[in-house]
Amino acid sequence: MHILVCGGTGCQSSDSAKIQSNLEKELALKRLQDDVQVIRTGCFGFCEKGPIVNVLPDNTFYVEVKPEDAKEIIDEHVIKGRRVERLLYVDPEKEKHVEDSKHMGFYKKQLRIALRNCGFIDPENIEEAIAHDAYQALGKVLAEYTPEETIEVVKKSQLRGRGGGGFPAGLKWEITRKSVSDKKYVVCNADEGDPGAFMDRSILEGDPHSVLEAMAICGYCIGSDEGLIYIRAEYPLAIKRLKIAIEQAESFGLLGENIMGTGFNFKIRLRYGAGAFVCGEETSLIHSMEGKRGEPTNKPPFPSVRGYLGKPTNVNNVETFANIPAIILKGAEWFASIGTENSKGTKVFALAGKINNVGLIEVPMGITLREIIYEIGGGIKGGKKFKAIQTGGPSGGCLTEKHLDTPIDYDNLLKAGSMMGSGGMIVMDEDDCMVSVAKFYMDFIVEESCGKCAPCRIGNKRLYEILDRITQGKGTIEDLAKLRNLSSVIKDTSLCGLGQTSPNPVLSTLTNFEEEYIEHVVDKKCRSGQCKNLSYYVIDEELCVGCGACLRNCPVHAITGEKRQAHHINTDLCIRCDACIAKCSFDAIRIQSEPKILAHK
Amino acid sequence: MEKIKLTIDNKEVQVEKGATILEAARKAGIEIPTLCHMELHNMNIENKPGGCRICVVEVQGRRNLAPSCITEATDGMVIRTNSTRVLNARTTVMKLIVSDHPFDCLVCAKSGDCELQTLAKQFGIRDIPYMGEKSTYRKDTSPSIIRDVDKCIMCRRCEMMCNEVQTVGALNAVNRGFMSVVAPAFEMDLIDSPCTYCGQCVAVCPTGALSEVNHTSEVLRALSDLNKTVVVQTAPSVRAALGEEFGLAPGTLVTGKMAAALRRLGFDYVFDTDFAADLTIMEEGTELLGRLKAHLAGDKNVKLPILTSCCPGWVNFFEHNFPDLLDVPSTAKSPQQMFGAIAKTYFADKIGVNRKDLIVVSVMPCLAKKYECQRDEFKVDGNPDVDYSMTTRELAQFIKQANIDFHDLPDEDFDTPLGESTGAAIIFGNTGGVIEAACRTAYEVFTGKSLDKIEFHELRGIEGIRSATIDFDGLPINIGIAHGLGNARKLLDEVRAGRSKYHAIEIMACPGGCIGGAGQPFHHGHSEILAARAKAIYSEDEQKVIRKSHENPYIKKLYDEFLGAPGSEKAHELLHIHYYDKSDEITIHH
Amino acid sequence: MNKIKTLADLKRMQENVKSKVSLRDKASRAEDLVQVKVAMATCGIASGAKEVMEFFVVELDKRGIEAVVTQTGCMGYCFAEPTVEITLKDKDPVVFGYVDTKKADEIIEKYIKDGEFVDGIIPRNYETIK
Repeated sequence: MHILVCGGTGCQSSDSAKIQSNLEKELALKRLQDDVQVIRTGCFGFCEKGPIVNVLPDNTFYVEVKPEDAKEIIDEHVIKGRRVERLLYVDPEKEKHVEDSKHMGFYKKQLRIALRNCGFIDPENIEEAIAHDAYQALGKVLAEYTPEETIEVVKKSQLRGRGGGGFPAGLKWEITRKSVSDKKYVVCNADEGDPGAFMDRSILEGDPHSVLEAMAICGYCIGSDEGLIYIRAEYPLAIKRLKIAIEQAESFGLLGENIMGTGFNFKIRLRYGAGAFVCGEETSLIHSMEGKRGEPTNKPPFPSVRGYLGKPTNVNNVETFANIPAIILKGAEWFASIGTENSKGTKVFALAGKINNVGLIEVPMGITLREIIYEIGGGIKGGKKFKAIQTGGPSGGCLTEKHLDTPIDYDNLLKAGSMMGSGGMIVMDEDDCMVSVAKFYMDFIVEESCGKCAPCRIGNKRLYEILDRITQGKGTIEDLAKLRNLSSVIKDTSLCGLGQTSPNPVLSTLTNFEEEYIEHVVDKKCRSGQCKNLSYYVIDEELCVGCGACLRNCPVHAITGEKRQAHHINTDLCIRCDACIAKCSFDAIRIQSEPKILAHK
Repeated sequence: MEKIKLTIDNKEVQVEKGATILEAARKAGIEIPTLCHMELHNMNIENKPGGCRICVVEVQGRRNLAPSCITEATDGMVIRTNSTRVLNARTTVMKLIVSDHPFDCLVCAKSGDCELQTLAKQFGIRDIPYMGEKSTYRKDTSPSIIRDVDKCIMCRRCEMMCNEVQTVGALNAVNRGFMSVVAPAFEMDLIDSPCTYCGQCVAVCPTGALSEVNHTSEVLRALSDLNKTVVVQTAPSVRAALGEEFGLAPGTLVTGKMAAALRRLGFDYVFDTDFAADLTIMEEGTELLGRLKAHLAGDKNVKLPILTSCCPGWVNFFEHNFPDLLDVPSTAKSPQQMFGAIAKTYFADKIGVNRKDLIVVSVMPCLAKKYECQRDEFKVDGNPDVDYSMTTRELAQFIKQANIDFHDLPDEDFDTPLGESTGAAIIFGNTGGVIEAACRTAYEVFTGKSLDKIEFHELRGIEGIRSATIDFDGLPINIGIAHGLGNARKLLDEVRAGRSKYHAIEIMACPGGCIGGAGQPFHHGHSEILAARAKAIYSEDEQKVIRKSHENPYIKKLYDEFLGAPGSEKAHELLHIHYYDKSDEITIHH
Repeated sequence: MNKIKTLADLKRMQENVKSKVSLRDKASRAEDLVQVKVAMATCGIASGAKEVMEFFVVELDKRGIEAVVTQTGCMGYCFAEPTVEITLKDKDPVVFGYVDTKKADEIIEKYIKDGEFVDGIIPRNYETIK
């Protein structure tokens, strides 16, 4: 019997290490340590309900496990063979316990290629990886294929870069192969910077060998003997596992000199990034690796022609690499059979926001947002109404109800005014103010702009300032035209991909939610009540008993009223400090978008 | 070279493959506006970060606009440089840049010479619809340079100059996003940085973010003080550039008008740094020959090569970066300081004025000179040998302020005795000039023969590092020349490694030498201006009757009456100095 | 550690290490395999379910049948313990009662290998949510 305990960063921070040690302790106590193996794996993806414990072979899927549950799992499940019902996942629709992952909505629609081994093997044990085909693709390529033939397989698979741009991976490899140089580099971009995204981290934590193997295959194809992984220093667990994986692969002769006796040499080193968002852009990443300021330069020259230390450099992101071994082993046709016409295979998304099942998912290209949100994601939290979904990270765009049935792929997302990006998906519901949402993303962009080119450095700051004015109730209708013009110029003139996409949150919300903007600037109203300066603090006369608690605590004397009579708030004086709400024992004070009570509770 | 054809604004143009759209457009007679871009042809100096996005153009079939300064032209390209889309983008970006710029043009050091101001005028900017927060920073004043980086537009020219050309590494982009700015590491003050005050950052700054410390008002105060006798000295290269400030063509020599203007400004004596340049040759040449003879005699304690030491930016550079080689440069002071030392002793005695009542003003092409004259080594009881050092630009400003019609001035001569100079002195302004002047004298002193040909063309040129072997009557003397501190570093590294083949090396901190100094009228990236100045300098030399320093009669008289012989004890006391290890004065080492 | 020197080495090594994780692989494709569930509640264990489970694990492996043998809780047929539920690919689960090692041998040889029913089938009386 195997008990898999999730050792991803998320579950580790909710004590999964303690769960593992408690399970082991209990097993030892019952002298079952030889019969039952406890294995710490990478992320299962179902982070909403972590920590996850998966008992095999019966594939029981326990969620939200606490260290003190270990005893019960051993006593009941392992010894008595009875599932611990209270730890099973409850299907929110059927309100039934579901004992195995195959029957959970979260997993049903998923297709795992890049994440094939995440949550399934012990990432710190190369033998487990080897048992699951690790390095078979490398061996096959080295023994049976020429570099050109291998590139042909990658090209035929139509795999596109998963880091955001969607450039065909095989073509990139071919260009780098054709660049003539005494030295070339393979760089793995693991500088995952989108807020809330952890696709790459999960792969590196859960299945580091898939990336190492793919980098070696890439090295063989382009004629390089050195790989570099540029990883954020904030990913200590991924770094630790990568280090272990590299060491083990080298000791097995699967990396290093004369790999598998073929004469091919390939070593991999780690480089740490300080976590600047723009360093995910490949030229910035290369400058950062060279010890220079992390900022982009014009392309061309592309890194595949002149990259790290001036040498041809093939940069792919983690997820792109993770697909490669599977493509080699299962064939380009298999991979190309999944997905849509111009977007093949699967994509890993980090699902977040107002959704029931927050987590990491891998789905075939062409799946609809509806399937992702309602089937995999389990619908909107608290039964609220879906409003928008932000895809493509901070510089992506907001998609709405009308896009729910659009098949997700590179082209359709672009057409809809957003982008694939690296795979962030943040769901918003009716309580979200779309102007505030745009402002939130612009705040991030302003923070993360490198400052090199003027439109991104100053333009995004101005966009943020205009949005801020609007949410303060100080916007004018002219501001909307300014937003449009600035956004289009920033897109048109910025130096790198960050700037060229940075106004997307503004443009997509302006396009899809123009009426909300107009409400803000003309009617001075925020329908969600999120914009404080556009909201009204109102006392519900039916609930107010006239105790005077609010009146005494109002710092600006905006509240009037006789004792034991309903009180009133003078909106012109109110500074929306919430002091009255904190003091009211009768829940009589409401924040709303209208100055009058809309409906009684 | 392969040729390609493209269409720009409906004009067909043929260019060499590899040319940028900007270059192709220029060839077609279309001037695309630029801001951050700057190139000094022939000196391998270029700044093309593609950061300002002012030069964007529309390329048919391309999704977004292309920065013309860094986008390579390709065959068959169809380009529009003035479509409404381009004009709107250009103007919007310009408005954004201006929205983060102070509006104090009236009192800005760069007003009238500011590239941002020029573009704003060209684009007809009348309002800024995108006003918002402005990025502000601490003002930083050093002995030579003022940093007012509220005005920084992140063109990165200064950073490129400081790092790539000069390898000083004092200025780098710091911070991120809206707060990005070019500054010394950790935003410390320039004075705590490895800055050499060469001022090349100021020379290329398109706005008023970097400017010189202005001494005009101090000079004005001295001139208005009836108890002071004020003398002025002008460096060789000033006369070859000053006219540009009055609309004269680059390369117009204005020596006579300059002297006349200085006299009208009220200076009591109008002298010439060239006199001191001749004096420098006497001292430095004597030192060179002394070291050379000792070396030939087998004295192992004598170090060769000897390096020139006229350039204060260069002196700062080796004091910071090569403290182990302090005994390699000549101990001779720079001409500015030799002049000051002689003026406040020999000349003060002659006219019977106490040194405290004698004010020495210099007009220099240089910002490092401002720092140099404030060094403690050049003071006697706290009184500096040179009181104020002005730049060519400050002098021009001063002349305009005094409403002197420069064009209408007659040509006048310098006063004697410190105004007389030779052709050898004037060429100090060009790279290679100091060593050529030294060779003219050293050759004749060493060989006892008279030169057939006074000019050493093998020492002239614009390449960053040059070398030549001069035949000293059978003795081959290897000369090295570097201008730009990055080139100097290469020669110094050779010396440090013991691999230098040279007997003597001339170094000037600024590209082109003093004609390209940071105190000169702004070249705005036009390298032909520098070439014209260099040519003017050589032509003035040719017109001189006396072209060798040791033949200057007033120099001879100075030695006879006051100093004795070159290298004498008195000469050492007044005209030579020692250098200091300043590597630990830099807060952060690079 | 001996280095892997050829692709064949790697394949050999994979064969060696596969057994360590075969349990997991089988679990992931359990519906394609023979699933054996032995009821191991107090009633089952008391009637010898542990030995029966051991027997299934060892013998199925020996006879080269890919199967997932798991324990489960009381199935409610305490009268017929030990009880074993067998699910063949694409077939409904069948529960056998009074299974001892001899019966287990018969189940393997007849039902699992050939799909031939043997005595002792208990009619199912409830639906599982699966």
